[in-house]
Amino acid sequence: MTSPSDAIDEPAVAPQDAAPTAFSWRRLFYWSVRRELWENRSIYVAPLAMVAFGLLGVLLSTIALPHYLRAIAEGTAKAGRLMGPYSFLAFSVMVVQFFVAVFYSLGALHGERRDRSILFWKSLPVSDLITVLSKAAIPIVVVPVISFAIIFSSQLFMMLWSTLVTLVNGISPTVLWSHLDLSTMWVVLPYGLIVNALWQAPVFAWFILVSGWARRTPILWAVGPFVAPALLEAGAFRTSHIGKFLGERFFGGFAEAYTIKGDGGGTVQYITQLNPARTFSLPELWIGLAAAAAMLAAAVWLRRRREPI
Amino acid sequence: MPCIEARGLRKAFGANVALDGLDLKVEAGRILGLIGPNGAGKSTALLAMLGLTPYQGELKVLGHNPWTERDRLMRDVCFIADVAVLPRWMRVSQALDYVAGVHPRFDRAKAEGFLDRTTIKRTSKVRELSKGMVTQLHLALIMAIDAKLLILDEPTLGLDILFRKQFYDSLLNDYFDRSRTIVVTTHQVEEVQHILTDVVFLDRGRIVLDSSMEALEARYLELAVTPEQLAAARTFRPLYERAGLGRSFLIFDGVDRAQLEELGEVRTPSLADIFVARMGERQERAA
Repeated sequence: MTSPSDAIDEPAVAPQDAAPTAFSWRRLFYWSVRRELWENRSIYVAPLAMVAFGLLGVLLSTIALPHYLRAIAEGTAKAGRLMGPYSFLAFSVMVVQFFVAVFYSLGALHGERRDRSILFWKSLPVSDLITVLSKAAIPIVVVPVISFAIIFSSQLFMMLWSTLVTLVNGISPTVLWSHLDLSTMWVVLPYGLIVNALWQAPVFAWFILVSGWARRTPILWAVGPFVAPALLEAGAFRTSHIGKFLGERFFGGFAEAYTIKGDGGGTVQYITQLNPARTFSLPELWIGLAAAAAMLAAAVWLRRRREPI
Repeated sequence: MPCIEARGLRKAFGANVALDGLDLKVEAGRILGLIGPNGAGKSTALLAMLGLTPYQGELKVLGHNPWTERDRLMRDVCFIADVAVLPRWMRVSQALDYVAGVHPRFDRAKAEGFLDRTTIKRTSKVRELSKGMVTQLHLALIMAIDAKLLILDEPTLGLDILFRKQFYDSLLNDYFDRSRTIVVTTHQVEEVQHILTDVVFLDRGRIVLDSSMEALEARYLELAVTPEQLAAARTFRPLYERAGLGRSFLIFDGVDRAQLEELGEVRTPSLADIFVARMGERQERAA
């Protein structure tokens, strides 16, 4: 222990002059996102678990792969199924990540009020704006980026593994490679993830806003005001306009990005079938983004005023 | 420039008035104890100073309006709003990394030094620490921040006496250096009185007493008298009296020491006794 006189003799001004008075918002944002990842490890653990499970299936299926490839080479089997596991893996990761993003957003501004840790966060020089934006970045930016990284690397692994299997079995790898359309997938996949992230932004912004407002069970407040009228409509008028609107807001992005006409019909197979010009001229997309910005602004306003629950 | 300056500070939650026109001035380099019964408005006053709640009236902290300039203010102000607000999922090492990441005035080596004196492991999660250890961790983080103003709201609530004593000792020995200002609220008056330079008594949103500790000691006296002298002592109009062990103890405000010494033993009353005397007086008047 230092004695009291030591503490008093310390020059109090010197360190203040040396240290910067404020950190850049980029640095504060980076650390805010990092702490979200510390707290919510499911953001990367859940998709990794899903992929590990999927890859196990892939490894098991390599028993049948040489037989299948020989049949393709001889023309007795079609190559269509070859891409199946790749798409399925990508799809299952996206489904897992959707749920991760939903539950993350519903707890984003609720958990810190419930455990009173908001009082600790607010004792540090990180503004409400940076906090809310870093939390919004998780479902809208970080989750899609992690999804892409995990899907990309696991597909790469699958391709290398399959190539190894063909080589070991004395089959020319060109049979495999001429049918695998991964270069296309690696463009189509991130494109779809970006369109979907922008499309779903208002959904997550709404969840984050409700998480900052609700005293308990944010999920009920987030979903109730939409699901209850949808059920009422279905019961009373036998129509489903609200339900359709909800489906559109949730999954319209995928339909838009991954189907040729953007209507959920024929699936995109090649880069040339993508239509960014159509997608990015959709008013729904821009209205959604404007709504997301407004809801996040409201969430910043709320976080300023809300106290621990 | 005073560190904190409030004029007509008011805050009401519906019909419930938490702060009823507070006038307060705290100079830099002081340690102010904000003392009052439950619901006196202590926490509300601190929340207003920290820009955590809107208020009416004028309030300047380090020259800033805490509500409109909160982000600017938090570079120079630190607070422990309560015990057990550290996030339970966080590891000790993560807490160090994070505060070093976001606070330009955080001295990591200093925080590590404070932690080395404890049994806290860097790999532990906050939820695995005892309540006393969480407070030690929080204090280590806060004391390593070179802030101009430190605000503590019941920082030792629920801790056992050893930790409470250690907390205030560290604060005084390792942190306070006369260029900083500390504002602390607590129920455990007797444990803070030796570190305070100033004291404010709050009751029902109003200031009952605002004094430096020296002035307080000069002004209030406690007299211990035998039953025979009690009647004579009462003629000096004590604020408060209590009986104990064959003697009565009376507290006087602004009575000449020499006069009282003729009647019995005179000493400086504890802050807790003065507090009880002043609050008792107010309750009598209210009744």
